[in-house]
Amino acid sequence: MATTTTTVSSGGPVARSRSFLSRLREGDEIASMVTFLFAASVVLVTVLLVFELWQGSALARHKFGFNFFRTSVWDPIFEQFGALPFIYGTLVTATVSLLIAVPLGIGAAIFLAELAPARVSDTLEFFIDLLAAVPSVIYGVLGIFIVVPLMRQYIQPALKHSLGFLPLFQGPAYGVGFLTAGLVLAIMVIPYIISVSREVLLSVPRDQREAALSLGATRWESTWKVVVPFARAGIFGSIFLALARALGETMAVTMVIGNTPTISASLLSPGYSIAAVIANEFTEATGELHTQSLIELGLVLFILTFILNGLARLLIVATSQRGSGTGRA
Amino acid sequence: MHATVRPALSVNLPPIVTNAAARETFAGLTMRMTVSKVNFFYGSKQTLFDVSMGIATNKVTSLIGPSGCGKSTLLRTLNRMHETVRHARLEGEILLDGQNILAQDVTAYRRRVGMVFQRPNPFPKSIFDNVAYGLRINGSKLPLAEAVEKSLRHAALWDEVKDHLQKSAYELSGGQQQRLCIARALAVEPEVLLLDEPCSALDPISTAKIEELLVQLKDLCTIAIVTHNMQQAARVSDFTAFLLIGQLIEFNPTPQLFTTPADPRTEAYITGRFG
Amino acid sequence: MSPRLRWRKFVSGFMLTMTGVCAFVAVSVLFVILGYLVYHGGTSISWNFFTKLPVPVGETGGGMANAILGSAKLLLLATLVGVPIGFLGAIYLAEFSGGATAFVVRYAADLLNGVPSIVIGIFAFALVVHPFKHFSTLAGGFALGLMMIPITLRSTEEFLRGVPNALREAAMALGASKWKTIATVIVPAAYRGILTAVLLAFARVAGETAPLLFTALGNQFWSPGWKQPTASLPVMIYTYALAPYEDWHRQAWAAGLVLLGLILIINIVARAILSRGIAVPRS
Repeated sequence: MATTTTTVSSGGPVARSRSFLSRLREGDEIASMVTFLFAASVVLVTVLLVFELWQGSALARHKFGFNFFRTSVWDPIFEQFGALPFIYGTLVTATVSLLIAVPLGIGAAIFLAELAPARVSDTLEFFIDLLAAVPSVIYGVLGIFIVVPLMRQYIQPALKHSLGFLPLFQGPAYGVGFLTAGLVLAIMVIPYIISVSREVLLSVPRDQREAALSLGATRWESTWKVVVPFARAGIFGSIFLALARALGETMAVTMVIGNTPTISASLLSPGYSIAAVIANEFTEATGELHTQSLIELGLVLFILTFILNGLARLLIVATSQRGSGTGRA
Repeated sequence: MHATVRPALSVNLPPIVTNAAARETFAGLTMRMTVSKVNFFYGSKQTLFDVSMGIATNKVTSLIGPSGCGKSTLLRTLNRMHETVRHARLEGEILLDGQNILAQDVTAYRRRVGMVFQRPNPFPKSIFDNVAYGLRINGSKLPLAEAVEKSLRHAALWDEVKDHLQKSAYELSGGQQQRLCIARALAVEPEVLLLDEPCSALDPISTAKIEELLVQLKDLCTIAIVTHNMQQAARVSDFTAFLLIGQLIEFNPTPQLFTTPADPRTEAYITGRFG
Repeated sequence: MSPRLRWRKFVSGFMLTMTGVCAFVAVSVLFVILGYLVYHGGTSISWNFFTKLPVPVGETGGGMANAILGSAKLLLLATLVGVPIGFLGAIYLAEFSGGATAFVVRYAADLLNGVPSIVIGIFAFALVVHPFKHFSTLAGGFALGLMMIPITLRSTEEFLRGVPNALREAAMALGASKWKTIATVIVPAAYRGILTAVLLAFARVAGETAPLLFTALGNQFWSPGWKQPTASLPVMIYTYALAPYEDWHRQAWAAGLVLLGLILIINIVARAILSRGIAVPRS
């Protein structure tokens, strides 16, 4: 990209304009380099982040190897660190949240994309976007003061009473726990599912819907059996995005999960998640191994969300491309 | 395809049909569908003015006219697709077999009048599932595989796809996809088949195949086709209606309309003075 | 009507109603949150809240003045870190770069965007806290700034690209150099979108708590300068909400109302700015 400026020896207006031009080009050179540096710093910082995570967990990785993921003892005093309870808690709460959020989110997206008149749909979408902007600590406050008491006084006893024969709903119920955290997470990720799904549903070509209706399908049949399958990839993308958010969520979860490293089949039991244990123990970690184990947990979280986000993006792009072209002409 | 057809009710033919031979032809016809004094509004804008005509049983009727004349709008009222658009309002009467189509349940009605769209729009499913879609929803008298084969044969597509029924519909060429859409529409055994410029996105060879197909399909059902291509209308249809800015200018048997048009505006259009 | 058709129509009506219920439930959450905070927090907002420092448990009359100032300082730092990098980087991507470099930068930005905020906290800790052996406002600002970068970068790039080529060509035909074109024609043309992007990024990090937990930490008192730990609204909300004291709960609700109110207002303003603009691409 270097431009060589040749100095013109002859004087006169032509020469002056040529050197003027070369100064201009140099201005561009500088601008290009400066902006390049800033852009490169983004890459630099990202690489540095991965590096720090990798290096910062070296001790723990070498000490525990893959057993890190198989043991469930987390004992800072005896320097035994097993990540299983946290991985379990993270996966369980994420699963519960998706089980609640996906049907609700897709249902709402269908309503917004297929049924609601344009202005109602846009207004509701505006509110959904605002919901996505609510910080997680506020959801945590909602969780502690509204959801937990509800769970403790009404929902959990009701579940134990009616479904207590299932190991899912047994044991003491304090209001906090996997189910509560899953519910709060569900509330947090629904806006993501709705926004993205609504957009992909809106991008399905009109004539798909019309073709179904013209065959004598009811509105629901044309929506559920034609439009939604057409947008299938993008909807899965939205679910992956939601999952990535649920896995990495820290504040709201740590406020309602109970912060006890147990692995229990019961959803009513308190538990722990990767992000929550990092948040709680990092500043008071006893010793280098403790800190490094926590960093290793951070590395795990990073890798998980990295894969999920990548998949999500691929899927969402795939649907938008399909909407604009249907095979060979 | 359906056994009893009630005798035609008189159609308010536009006063423009003056040709004696034409009147004779009309007198002996049964009209599967009749359109009487239809006015169509999109919001406050009116796009069809007092249109009256008929779609003759087991014949091909084409709607021609320049862009924006309302021919697609008119076609879409025939299977009530206009109801999917907010602010669309229809005034007037449309009858199928003598019964007011607006008084029936729309889902049940749409099965009786099928539609093929301008660009091929198969569902993202296999060839088989595309054709079977309408059957699965509405129920089928024949076993599914038989009904699908029957439709694909009617659409002159069976030989080309019979060994590839599970393949995605998107692997077919454009012309094949359009014939698949025709098969899909035929599967539910409609009484009338509406086609909205079905060949405008296709190459000449595919177009020729579909035109050939339409002539054969007459025996199966009544056909109405919107086309931009006058030569196509002349090749394929028995009756032609010419619309201009939302009004029906002339409605005549095709040979008459193209050789001795009754209205000077029709003549101007078909001789290419505007378009 | 056949029984089968009657059933199908019933199912259709029922399912479509259910989707409406889903949408209603989803949207009502926003109003539940707002309602709760307004009701419980509204009463605790007072002059004290904005001007006094926290007081020991059992005493009343405390406030969150240090947290408000702390958040302001942190956000200022974050903006100073995040916006220049995002903005200038976006200019590079939109105006100067080739395909391969652009791809790498965008990929890195997307990656950074997807990193859970607690992991950003770990990174900032490793980079800014650990070497200097103390928590600081700088570290917190750095962490938040990191989070602002991808949002600012991608959005700004998109809006810059959205400026029609015709404008660029017109300027260049008049003899303007590339950087002059950018500075005087392109950026002004895209300013609405860029402003929106910055505001939305700001609103996003204003509410972040996790990255501050081991960078800025917290502080019961004022935090002069930039090298000491500082209180911040989100962390105070977290700490107070979890505590067993009723008075602290009330303050947490008040702080929550202030924080949420600020964030929602910024979001609404940002969208209003954007919608009044001429055709800019939606991200």
